[in-house]
Amino acid sequence: MKYSGFKVLWEGLGGNKGWKPLWRKPDPKKGYDIIIVGGGGHGLATAYYLSNKFDITNIAVVEKGWLGSGNIGRNTTIIRSNYLLPQNQPFYEFSLKLWENLEQELNYNSMVSQRGVLNIFHSDSQRDAFVRRGNAMLMSGADASLLGIDALKKLAPFLDFQNSRFPIKGGLWQPRGGTVRHDAVAWGYAKEADSRGVDIIENCEVTNFLVKNGRCYGVETTKGIIKSKKVGVCVAGSSSAVMGKVGINLPIESHVLQAFVSEGLKPLIPGVITFGAGHFYVSQSNKGGLVFGGDIDGYNSYAQRGNLPVIEDVCEGGVALMPMIGRARLLRTWGGIMDMSMDGSPIIDKTEIKNLYFNGGWCYGGFKATPASGFCYAHLLATGKPHKDAKDFLFNRFEKGRLIDEKGQGNQPNLH
Amino acid sequence: MLIDHPLLGLRDSSEFIYMGDAKLLNRPNWRSQNIKSKFVEYGYLRKNPAGIHKELWYHEQGDRSWLVVTRNTVTHEILKVELARNLKRKVNAK
Repeated sequence: MKYSGFKVLWEGLGGNKGWKPLWRKPDPKKGYDIIIVGGGGHGLATAYYLSNKFDITNIAVVEKGWLGSGNIGRNTTIIRSNYLLPQNQPFYEFSLKLWENLEQELNYNSMVSQRGVLNIFHSDSQRDAFVRRGNAMLMSGADASLLGIDALKKLAPFLDFQNSRFPIKGGLWQPRGGTVRHDAVAWGYAKEADSRGVDIIENCEVTNFLVKNGRCYGVETTKGIIKSKKVGVCVAGSSSAVMGKVGINLPIESHVLQAFVSEGLKPLIPGVITFGAGHFYVSQSNKGGLVFGGDIDGYNSYAQRGNLPVIEDVCEGGVALMPMIGRARLLRTWGGIMDMSMDGSPIIDKTEIKNLYFNGGWCYGGFKATPASGFCYAHLLATGKPHKDAKDFLFNRFEKGRLIDEKGQGNQPNLH
Repeated sequence: MLIDHPLLGLRDSSEFIYMGDAKLLNRPNWRSQNIKSKFVEYGYLRKNPAGIHKELWYHEQGDRSWLVVTRNTVTHEILKVELARNLKRKVNAK
């Protein structure tokens, strides 16, 4: 189905009877060239790029629940490419470039809104670190500029410039960053993958992998056995549980990250703003609610809900940065399960079992990575070789000592 | 979450620092065979189960003892709390 202004007009005149479902509900075939396990953002993006860029269309996406029922619908919708390390930054910049063209490419309105991302710094040494980060961004072809107090006062006059404990010294500004309507990303990818013949099979849980002589040749599911030449696992949040079925231990702990929405307010936050002295980031949704978040709860969890101490901590951070939100009421909070990896960076790689591939470990940065993750995973599945921008996201970096540790925290996942 | 500290009773989990899987108590002997892969496994690989998990909590805001907490990662229910030093002594005595 093609969307256009004309189509909207036409359907409006005809009582909106011509809209069709965006994807079919097929039963699984006996076999496929590639099975993607996990019908979330990354899995659907992988299926889309495989079918549209690498011309492999005999693909199934199997999903335990309904399409997009995981973290693609539970995040704070921010896109940006403001990383430091040379293994990370080109990848995220590649992702941001794909975001910029996504709506035209998918013919689907995912409301990509490049309203800017502002990281505030509060000390001279933090300024130095942000200058370095900004330069790393520029070197990868991304955009970045350093804002002084005057520019900041113009952009966000409501910040607490009088805060003597954490004085605001300036900010690192990426105008091309912003927010996206997260569910629409999954739906758009699903629509285009489906139109190329990809079977998206919902409510179909993978219960085991078919492995013989160290080769994977399919999956056992709640809808029966499905054979496949290659299997790509893409289930961040449940990675350890799924890979545990074939006895693979991952360098990952699952943690819960909470997100928050306030009641609807008039437009007041210009873009995405992050607090440099605590962990708090905020943007305003198109409905007016402030969407914000902070740290993970910090202990292994698969519960999709968090506890009160982190809610207090995040709200304290918010009020320290912008006291004006102190009287806004919190409407909802929810939790999503993150693959927290040992160095804070993702993995897109083959596994020790032939024809079984793995994509996960996204920590809490998976949403912005969705297009590039899909593209690079599709590249790996189609060609057998890592994409140039994801060539360091390998399992063996841990034993080789080539960790990609943005924060320099070492192998403690709850600190990344 | 409230952790039932063996010496201090119920304490709020925010007094503690979390250190992950209690397998970290069993550091490999550096003289054993295949020590490199053993240390990679020790340092980086985790079972990370959805269900019962034994894990280390450090009572930093309290008596600074290390605890081994058995907890269900799906429900956050705490099933058992032991002093890590007692467990380690038992292992060493064997």
